[in-house]
Amino acid sequence: MGIRALVLRTAGTNCDEETVYALRLADANPDSLHINQLRRDPAVLLDYRMLVIPGGFSYGDDISAGKVLALELELFLKNVLLEFLDRGGLILGICNGFQVLVKAGLLPAMSGYFTVEASLVENDSGLFVDRWVELEVCRRDLPWTHLLTADRLRMPVAHAEGKFVASENAIHQLSLSNQVVFRYAGGTNPNGSYQDIAGICDPSGQILGLMPHPERAVIGSQYPDWFGRVPYNRFMPPLDIFRSGVKWLEKS
Amino acid sequence: MRIRVHVIHRDPGSPASREIVSYLKGFGVEGIDSVRRVRLVFLEAGPSLEELEAFAEKVLLDPVVESVFIYPDDSPPVIEGSWVEIGYLPGVMDPEAITISRAFREFFRQDPVAVFTGVRYEFPPLDKGVLNAVLSQLYNPLIQIGVINDFLHPFHQRSPGYEFSLREVELLEKGDEELLQISKDWMLSLNLREMKAVQEHYRKLGRNPTDVELETIAQTWSEHCQHKTFKSPILYREVSEEGDVVTEERISSLFKDYIMKATKELDKPWCLSVFKDNAGVVEFDSDWAVCFKVETHNHPSALEPFGGANTGLGGVIRDVLGCGLGAKPIANTDVFCFAPPDTKEVPEGVIHPRRMMREVVAGVRDYGNKMGIPTVNGAIFFDPDFCANPLVYCGTVGLMPKGAVEKEIRPGDKIVLIGGRTGRDGIHGATFSSAELTEESQYSCASAVQIGNPIEEKKFADVLLKIRDKGWYRAITDCGAGGLSSAVGEMARDVGAVVYLEKVPLKYSGLSYTEIWISESQERMVLAVKPEYLEDVVSAFAEEDVLATCIGEFTGDRRLRLYYDGALVMEMDVDFLHGGLPLEEKLAVWTWVKKEEPVPDVEDPSKTFRQVLSSYNIASKEWVIRQYDHEVQGRSALKPLCGPRQVAPSDSAVIRGHLHSKKGIALGCGINPWYGRIDPYWMAGACIDEAIRQIVAVGGNPDRISILDNFCWGNPDKPDRLGGLVRASKGCYDFALGFGVPFISGKDSLYNEFLKGNESIPIPGTLLISGMGMIDDISKVVSPYLKRRDTLLYVVGLTRDELGGSAFLNLFGVLGNSVPRTDVSLARELYKRLHLAVREGIVLACHDISDGGIGVALAEMCIGGGIGAELFLNNVPFEGDRRSNEVVFYSESQSRFLVEIDRKHKGRFEKLFEGLPCELVGRTSEGKSFVVYGLEGEEYIVEDVKNLERVWRSRFRW
Repeated sequence: MGIRALVLRTAGTNCDEETVYALRLADANPDSLHINQLRRDPAVLLDYRMLVIPGGFSYGDDISAGKVLALELELFLKNVLLEFLDRGGLILGICNGFQVLVKAGLLPAMSGYFTVEASLVENDSGLFVDRWVELEVCRRDLPWTHLLTADRLRMPVAHAEGKFVASENAIHQLSLSNQVVFRYAGGTNPNGSYQDIAGICDPSGQILGLMPHPERAVIGSQYPDWFGRVPYNRFMPPLDIFRSGVKWLEKS
Repeated sequence: MRIRVHVIHRDPGSPASREIVSYLKGFGVEGIDSVRRVRLVFLEAGPSLEELEAFAEKVLLDPVVESVFIYPDDSPPVIEGSWVEIGYLPGVMDPEAITISRAFREFFRQDPVAVFTGVRYEFPPLDKGVLNAVLSQLYNPLIQIGVINDFLHPFHQRSPGYEFSLREVELLEKGDEELLQISKDWMLSLNLREMKAVQEHYRKLGRNPTDVELETIAQTWSEHCQHKTFKSPILYREVSEEGDVVTEERISSLFKDYIMKATKELDKPWCLSVFKDNAGVVEFDSDWAVCFKVETHNHPSALEPFGGANTGLGGVIRDVLGCGLGAKPIANTDVFCFAPPDTKEVPEGVIHPRRMMREVVAGVRDYGNKMGIPTVNGAIFFDPDFCANPLVYCGTVGLMPKGAVEKEIRPGDKIVLIGGRTGRDGIHGATFSSAELTEESQYSCASAVQIGNPIEEKKFADVLLKIRDKGWYRAITDCGAGGLSSAVGEMARDVGAVVYLEKVPLKYSGLSYTEIWISESQERMVLAVKPEYLEDVVSAFAEEDVLATCIGEFTGDRRLRLYYDGALVMEMDVDFLHGGLPLEEKLAVWTWVKKEEPVPDVEDPSKTFRQVLSSYNIASKEWVIRQYDHEVQGRSALKPLCGPRQVAPSDSAVIRGHLHSKKGIALGCGINPWYGRIDPYWMAGACIDEAIRQIVAVGGNPDRISILDNFCWGNPDKPDRLGGLVRASKGCYDFALGFGVPFISGKDSLYNEFLKGNESIPIPGTLLISGMGMIDDISKVVSPYLKRRDTLLYVVGLTRDELGGSAFLNLFGVLGNSVPRTDVSLARELYKRLHLAVREGIVLACHDISDGGIGVALAEMCIGGGIGAELFLNNVPFEGDRRSNEVVFYSESQSRFLVEIDRKHKGRFEKLFEGLPCELVGRTSEGKSFVVYGLEGEEYIVEDVKNLERVWRSRFRW
């Protein structure tokens, strides 16, 4: 019945349904679970092989985006997350999920998990922005990207705090260790991210986080200019991110 | 331990700081180059200073970009420069403090005593005058406290306890003047006739009302809840310019005679629930229904734009969550009317329109985005008379199974309150919105203003939609204006109820039983739960950290009884409450005035066109639209901005109901108060036409459109204002019937006047028509941007000499007289044929022609596709005496489209429109030029598309 994927929900999560939809299209077997269920019985996570933290405004993005959910992961789910990764599980964070992973120190995790080395801060414009961007795919050898064939991916961003920042040293290290997976391309950097960074992975490649929303770009009708160009129901390249994760786990 | 925490962004050039600098410059506060923004957190808690420091370091800051400093509350830091600090007034919703409390609990496994947040701005040394100016632009004294070179001390805010004592209001022996004084003193907004009806009722009972009874009556009978103006009989007169009565008629009620009548006569089988629930419901497909509601939140937004718009959207979302057994919100709409942002002078006590617009947009953005509902359609209209009374319309569309459309209440059902805690927020909101604003409203109505907490609403919405189909509850409604009084009172109208007020969870102590009953605290809803499932319901909400509390039950004795700690504080007959309101006949007068309409001389047609294109009403609203998430949920199939470069403004938004089906929903809207200044009747025709036209333009089925009315008007007690309202209502009836589109829901917001000295300034009577259409086949949806070079352009529809109320005349400060008059039978035929063309798949692009005329429509199509075009005015189907380039080019005649067709479909397209006004008027070109040839064949306008795009897009680049 497909790879079991856990889509983690909490107060303010709001992209869970379309994430579940995209996972189904990719032949995964997703369940949407509230964090309270997981906190009560963390071992439930080990029934799954894929963890997806979807977009939204967890706890209103108060204090800073993703911060409080990141705190909960660290305080209550640290051990089970490490165990999950140890068993080869894959983690994907989209938009708010990416913010959570970065603020929990699960990304970029260059010097180990749960060490904060980067952040996603207020867009240069100071405003929330919803627009479609182009992404250059920098890594095609990862669990989450090995099926990607398109040169460029198009998908929307929708965030107020998506500017990727880190110390100069950390940014340098990130490039050296080849952990940048997606960069904004074609002048579409919507937030002022350092070096156009849109998505990164951890050193193992098991964890991927990105600000743009692949789950909103999986079928034709979701595009701003599909009219007369692609059928409304055609599967689109960003779906391959989810498919990659599923295929990887099926093979391993 | 009481501490204050300063969280400082290490980069002083952060966007927030830059924004404040430019923001202040925009308001004429010069000489400030840098601002340091400091987030403040005030914490009172058990742990030691060291432990609290550890908490702050770990939780309260982003270590990569921020630094944190901690001070004991009684020794805050003194700095060299100047600073201001801003915090919330006691009792105002502070969502961030709630989140911090939660994080604190997670961290320490204990509750903090108190948490408050604030913000601090640090400047170079500045004099007090400048600081005052700065502060006044950064905060709103209705909800916040601001101090200059001083420190906030929120810990001193302690709410007092409450000692119960039953209050009665001495009413039985009072004379007329005293009754009116009571109405005024208690902010009841009841007139003498109504006060006397209350007195009469209590005389029969032989006792005085308690305060909570009186408040409940006032709230239930308020204009806001009863729509008295739309229900009252009216004596309507039309008067000639000379003052002679031309016609006179008696109207039994605007609602019955016009709005509802059209719906009844149309009797569409797909209308599932109209004008009875929180939203109107129509069929979507064989298993699903869609509901739509549009609300206004004008008065609160005038005083506190962020909070007003924020809670306005939050409220209409709850309407949809409370429609039937609860619908899933899948789209929001927003329509605003403001004064132009470059307004120089604003009256005392009025927020500048530029700040108004920024904050209203921020309020909608905050709530809509956080709820995960795409904001997909809207409009903004600018007119100087909206300065003191801006209009803020928010709408929500919901999807639900057909089985969840109906609700009922049975005796014995438990009354369960879900969501946020109850505070003193918004007390008297319902009666306040039925009163006119004055300069003093700023202070006297403070408690009517509040801000929302969307995450609270999102939390219970998630649970609600999860349990809806389990059959645990029989009814649900929103706790909106009027609070529990309104929600429980309405649900109990056929049965009766008993409520134990001390069971209501409070934010803080000190609320009286009356305050608990009428509080309008946001993010609450009321369910009628089957008794056997009470525990299931409470635990399902608890599972996701939502409070659900049983506060009473429905009875069957047709009485509304309230207890507080065992004492009976209200006992009221529901029939009197809901049926006792005396309605009196109102006088309405409409005066026929013929206005001048000179056609201005245009010396430089290109320049004039650029001016029209960049005028506030026409310029691209991209700055606003991009701040909303318009694609969350993944359903949007035609976004508000579409095309390869996402700049083309769509006529309607299209959203898919389910990603596995081909069916979709198209949302459009029509609004134009300038037409209403000439004649509200034709305004109604144009608004209904525009809402339908936008839906048909994208491929909506013209036979499956339903509409909503939202009237915003001045004081209906003044006959001239009411006269206009009657004209508009007549238009609503005629055109809804004519087009075959039923009204399914509506709302009015009256008394939009501002008293300045002796002068009462009304808003221009404004009707918003929101349309919802069905898309039968999503694969056939049409977008408005040009697709290819060397294709054909057609104008569908008839252009007439109708410049009245146009954007073109407005540029010259002229209103005009020749308001566009919708020819409904022609329009219906055109829409039918266009829909056939769409279904055949031969329409490459289609854009509706509206404000600004043909040229604006073509420019938007060119900009959207990045393609040039040629247009020949001489070919445009025209009717009228004054045939000039300007009249043809800028006329705003209704029922018209500009359509792009491939050459190979020329014959078929023309055949479809045989016998109707539809002409080939131009073609798309190889280059990027926008060329319009005048009636004599001369070059009338020659522009570069890029240049037009710059002009059109730069107006709101803030």
